[in-house]
Amino acid sequence: MADFETPEVKEYLDMPELQPGAMSHSKPFVSRDEFQGPLGFPGELVDDWQHVALAKLAELLNKNRGLQVFMDACVKCGACTDKCHYFLGTSDPRNMPVARQDLLRNVYRRYFTWPGRLFPKLVGAQDLTEDVLDQWYSYFHQCSECRRCSVYCPYGIDTAEITMATREIMNAVGKGQKYSNEIIGKVFKIGNNLGLPQPALKDTLEGLEEEVKEDTGVDVRYPLDEKGADVLLVTPSADFFAEPHVDGLIGYGKVFHQAGISWTLSSHASEAANFGLFIGSPENMRKIALRVREAAEELGVKRIVFGECGHAWRVAYSFLNTLAGPFDFLDPRYPVPQHICEVTHELIQRGALTLDKSANDHRRVTFHDSCNVARASRMGNTPGGQFTIPREIIQAVCNHYYDMPADTIGEATFCCGGGGGLLTDDLMELRVKGALPRMQALRQVVEEEGVTHLAAICAICKSQFAKVLPYYGFEMDQIVSVHQLVSDAIVLDPAKQTT
Amino acid sequence: MTFASIVYAVLFYGATAILLIGVGLRIARYARTPAPLKIPTTPAPTSRGGVIGRMASEVVFFYSLFKANKWIWILAWVFHLALLLVLLRHLRYFIDPVWEWVVLIQPFGVYAGFAMLAGLIGLWIRRIFVERIRYISAPSDHLMLGLLIAIAASGLAMKYLWHVDVTAVKVFFVGLMRFEIHSLPAEPLLLLHLALVAALMIVFPFSKLLHAPGVFFSPTRNQADNPREQRHTSWAARVEHTGAAAPANRGAPVPNARSED
Ligand code: HEM
Ligand code: HEM
Ligand code: SF4
Ligand code: SF4
Repeated sequence: MADFETPEVKEYLDMPELQPGAMSHSKPFVSRDEFQGPLGFPGELVDDWQHVALAKLAELLNKNRGLQVFMDACVKCGACTDKCHYFLGTSDPRNMPVARQDLLRNVYRRYFTWPGRLFPKLVGAQDLTEDVLDQWYSYFHQCSECRRCSVYCPYGIDTAEITMATREIMNAVGKGQKYSNEIIGKVFKIGNNLGLPQPALKDTLEGLEEEVKEDTGVDVRYPLDEKGADVLLVTPSADFFAEPHVDGLIGYGKVFHQAGISWTLSSHASEAANFGLFIGSPENMRKIALRVREAAEELGVKRIVFGECGHAWRVAYSFLNTLAGPFDFLDPRYPVPQHICEVTHELIQRGALTLDKSANDHRRVTFHDSCNVARASRMGNTPGGQFTIPREIIQAVCNHYYDMPADTIGEATFCCGGGGGLLTDDLMELRVKGALPRMQALRQVVEEEGVTHLAAICAICKSQFAKVLPYYGFEMDQIVSVHQLVSDAIVLDPAKQTT
Repeated sequence: MTFASIVYAVLFYGATAILLIGVGLRIARYARTPAPLKIPTTPAPTSRGGVIGRMASEVVFFYSLFKANKWIWILAWVFHLALLLVLLRHLRYFIDPVWEWVVLIQPFGVYAGFAMLAGLIGLWIRRIFVERIRYISAPSDHLMLGLLIAIAASGLAMKYLWHVDVTAVKVFFVGLMRFEIHSLPAEPLLLLHLALVAALMIVFPFSKLLHAPGVFFSPTRNQADNPREQRHTSWAARVEHTGAAAPANRGAPVPNARSED
């Protein structure tokens, strides 16, 4: 299938023997002028890149307390060293979180601390050379910004923050990553990651309406740009046609239909994903986030709901209010924004949905906690709602539900291996190897409980699993959307109308 | 008054100044630097009170470390608790008359010296023999453990092998606090102990020992998880200098306020 070996899935997750440099060849395609420009970054490596990079680092240290504290506080205790799925899957010691951080920290020490200026060897400080930049490019694109390491660090040092900062520095000197930057450009130009213009979207949604009508005989609507709807649904554009994403979108529509909630998608904000997060660029993240506000005002909605997408939910839940708020023009009775799972969960609790669990009896399901939902946001009113709410939904629509081992779910969940701007074919080896810990946990419930399906609430997780499951001997359609399960179980009432 | 007394007086004035000013400046920097976005590692407490509880569990029990690795946790916790007891026990050299509770903990303090040594040696063994930790260690990481071990060992040696006149030590240090220089017993072990302690104080503000103040400023641990309920606004400080455009649409004001976390 490829020019690398898929790691063997063993009974237990072994601690790998260190293989220095094992993944130093892994690098995504470098961005070009045409993709850099629209984001405000230089098109190629600038001449005095060292100066620019250090000036940028100085600026970030002044503006981001987290980065400053994380640079200083690490005691090299080693608690995080065995926590990263990329280390566990690749054996490359540079993929140990602290070793990844040190690629930046060693430069910080050299130029910003006295011991590093005076005795660089003693404290491991390093000059910012071309070689270091090269390692940055390689290893800061082997971090999915999943925050698993930050759970276990005694000071909460979050490698994701350091990865974001370094990617921002690399963009500032003109060494950006093609995949993420090209996609952000598409959002600015067209409104979504896939570059689907309004007419294509409209077609797709009409197609969905016909499909659901054929399947169920009921007129479920998938409206676009409808002024005066109550809910603006912002969902990852993969939901419009990728498998299994689109089955989730069908599910959201059925839920709104059954609940009698009027809703609409927006062609202006036809993307929940916000890759500005991945490249650590708050300015670009904000520009994308503002589109959601603009769409909400334009359409005059009362609520904003986000579809199934992990990092999008982080940006929505944790940052939207800061970036594009305050949202005082919306209905104050609802949190802004809401997750589609919160909406569905509340309807189930109220008994507003008729559900036929047996429709999912051919499935034995487990749930993959997506990292950005698990460790960077919340659902509901209590901490940990992001774990209980999706599980309660699944259990309300499925008779057979089983959790994977406790140290691989909840806050300890393993990343799918494709998050953080790494979901690109030029990083296939990394993606396959990084999926190892999740595959190992999946294999365990497949063998012990006969699990047949892995449910997720993240567009990236779904795409990633669809691609890597076959490498590990599973089928690509074993990954399902949570709202696909809802969709299959929901008993539609033809009389209900959403407009 | 001996030459050593003067040298050590100068040394300790200098070291104290560096420690206090250095750490003070660092803390001021942490406090002033804005935390532009809400980034608590979730699940996180939703209120201020909850955050204080979370922080206490980290500082007192090293809770995250406990979840991560039981060996590092037990060694680290024993070392730090012992260090705390040893330092409190040392208050008797600086306070006159000695507070009641400092007198009460004296007996524990002695065992603490050994516990501290044991913890440090355990941590060093891990650092040397666990391949992953050896990989991430710089020479300074080994030296720091060596320094603390040398301080503890020289202290214990004074206690059990070559005694020093602790009353004279006290007179010297209480004197320093009143800006008087009394004579310091010229015992080699004592001078060694004190020189190493001064070295520790001097490197503190420039080394990883900044983890002690740092932990309180870590946004992943000290922020409340309430972004939907309460708009976090220190964002403004993040964009201020980068020339990011004002919100493209009407309104969406970005207040210039700096929120507390
Ligand atoms: C608020 C107070 C403090 C807290 C919460 C704290 C916490 C921690 C934690 C969780 C670790 C990681 C585990 C380990 O490797 O031991 C650590 C390491 C360390 N701490 Fe502290 N600490 C504090 C104060 C201090 C002070 C005052 C010192 C100075 C003498 C110190 C010296 C060290 C050293 C040397 C290490 C690294 C040990 C190693 O090499 O493995 N700590 N601290
Ligand atoms: C200016 C500061 C200090 C002074 C004047 C000082 C002085 C002394 C003296 C005189 C002793 C002998 C006690 C006896 O014979 O009963 C001692 C013991 C000891 N010192 Fe220090 N010391 C200082 C700082 C420190 C620091 C910062 C540490 C730890 C990092 C430390 C660790 C120890 C230990 C572990 C012992 C042995 C156990 C004990 O008696 O508590 N000392 N110190
Ligand atoms: S954030 Fe995730 S991917 Fe990045 S170093 Fe930490 S554990 Fe690894
Ligand atoms: S757990 Fe935290 S302090 Fe320990 S080595 Fe990793 S990043 Fe550094």
